[in-house]
Amino acid sequence: MPLKILVTAKRVEDSESKIKVNPAGTGIVLEGLKFKINPFDEIAIEEALRLTAKHGGEVVVVSIGGKEVVEQLRSPALAMGANRAIWVNHVGPMDQLGIAACLQKICEKEKPDLCILGKQAIDDDQGQVGSYLAEALGWSQATFASKEESLESEAEKSKAPAIKLSADGKSVTVVREVDGGLQTIEATLPAVATTELRLNQPRYASLPGIMKAKTKPLEEVTPASLGVDMTPHITVVKMTHPPARKAGIKVADVPALMDKLKNEARAI
Amino acid sequence: MNSGFQTFDGEHEAFRQTVKAFVAREITPHVKAWEQAEGFPRELYDRAAEQGFFGLKYDEAYGGTNAGFFFEAVLFEELSKCGSGGVAAGLGAQATIATGPLHLFGTDELKRRFLAPAIAGKCIGAFAVTEPDGGSDVAGLKTTARREGEHYVLDGSKTYITNGVRADYVIVAAKTDPSKGHKGVSMIVVEKGTPGFTVSRALKKVGWRASDTAELSFSECRVPVANLVGRENDGFAQIMGNFQWERLTLALGALGAADDIFAQAMAFVTTRRAFGQNVSQFQVVKHRLAEMATELEAARQLTYHALRLHAAGEWALGQTAMAKKLATEMCCKLADQALQLHGGAGYMMEFDIQRHWRDARLGPIGGGTSEIMNEIIAKQLGL
Repeated sequence: MPLKILVTAKRVEDSESKIKVNPAGTGIVLEGLKFKINPFDEIAIEEALRLTAKHGGEVVVVSIGGKEVVEQLRSPALAMGANRAIWVNHVGPMDQLGIAACLQKICEKEKPDLCILGKQAIDDDQGQVGSYLAEALGWSQATFASKEESLESEAEKSKAPAIKLSADGKSVTVVREVDGGLQTIEATLPAVATTELRLNQPRYASLPGIMKAKTKPLEEVTPASLGVDMTPHITVVKMTHPPARKAGIKVADVPALMDKLKNEARAI
Repeated sequence: MNSGFQTFDGEHEAFRQTVKAFVAREITPHVKAWEQAEGFPRELYDRAAEQGFFGLKYDEAYGGTNAGFFFEAVLFEELSKCGSGGVAAGLGAQATIATGPLHLFGTDELKRRFLAPAIAGKCIGAFAVTEPDGGSDVAGLKTTARREGEHYVLDGSKTYITNGVRADYVIVAAKTDPSKGHKGVSMIVVEKGTPGFTVSRALKKVGWRASDTAELSFSECRVPVANLVGRENDGFAQIMGNFQWERLTLALGALGAADDIFAQAMAFVTTRRAFGQNVSQFQVVKHRLAEMATELEAARQLTYHALRLHAAGEWALGQTAMAKKLATEMCCKLADQALQLHGGAGYMMEFDIQRHWRDARLGPIGGGTSEIMNEIIAKQLGL
């Protein structure tokens, strides 16, 4: 059964860039920063492509932001193999409610069988959109999708999807990473899944893919055209660097260490 | 500092991200081990070929993408940031000197036999000009290829041949008419396993340790005349033509390496403390870094200029020689200064900067020495 899969591609600061808080403490310094796709979203796109390679179907990729996000939609998202893109043109602040609302409206129109999102974005590490989206749509959700096999395993080398579609095409089996182990669940379609690091190793955007990406369909919408109010419910009060770690000390013996752990650090 | 925006467009930059990701995943984590082992796994050619890295300038009919010089320029800049000149050289030779002559001058048969499998990473190629008795003097080659019926019979030896140990084929420059100087040179493909062709030794090097560098010997080595690349006795001009792009890639590689060298110097001085402050806060260090950045930028812009001329089809002999000389010497100088900024740490094998310092030294030697570049430039000046 062919699957229609919706995936996300958030533009985030490149983790190689040095992040600095601006002097006013209202945000980070954007000048000179490099940007890339959220690595968890890249994993989501890879999983969607493996699923459609096996079952047929279509991968639609969505990004929200100013015109610069088109860069990430074209490459790597479309260049990796996604079929088409939807760009929600929005400049200004947004929070997870606004983002989930945009995705909800797009899902209501596109009616995908499955949404795959990064479990979180590496910029603000909120990790909430996937669950908000599932809740808003009333769909089942499978967060932190992972797999039992390692990234060096044969299953990974054969590019088999880790999210397994049932024989009747009505549900998916997802191995979730939970505290202390793995949990396998079955989720009825339509569903929302979010990706862990160990789900797969994303392919590179190939050169022919990069060339093809520029002619693939890219639809522009706005929050207003979707009927979404992007006014954030969250206000950033202040942004600061975490305090610098203090130098450690040497303790004389084990009892002294136990004493410090118990009474000073209160760790045990 | 974003200096490349006028030279590279959005697709080039997208491809840069792909190469960066490839380097970060497939090369960087293994650099220390490969340098120690003085070699890298053959599978890396397969991985690179899967991404089309060896066919960027070549026809689609042979598995290339015909994407052009700018894409290959991006490839060379980014590969050189892997921190191992040897790995970059081993892969780089496959994309340029070992395949370029086949693409430019080879018959369809030669392209099918050697170029297509090289683009696909199925066979490794090498290009052999330099000889033990003479380096840059292509007109004075001693290796001969005498015609006997439907064969050439090769005698002689070659040295400093990148990929020479594991090459499946070598394009050999030899005298088909020893009575003539540069007008008696031809290029002939010799396959691994041909009787009379042996790898006499794998050479130990100061730097570029992960690359394989060989001395080759040919003794009564018979190859079919169909293995002739281009026209007989026209090899000198063909070799010189092929060197143009090789020199540009060496300049581009020097830029990539210098980027990494500069980043390492910056990272070190902004965290290393002395006399109660970060080393980077001393004016002498700030000014040194300012000068390094300036020299890197100057070399980059001359190299990009030569690249644009080359891509536009101009025979930019002078500018290419200038770029090769300036960029490789800049890289050497930056590596030395970055090592100095590291202080004692710079002299320790556990820090990466020493490898750059060793690797960079080849720049002004390989692919035509700085002295030969000056000869070319002087000739362009009418001297």
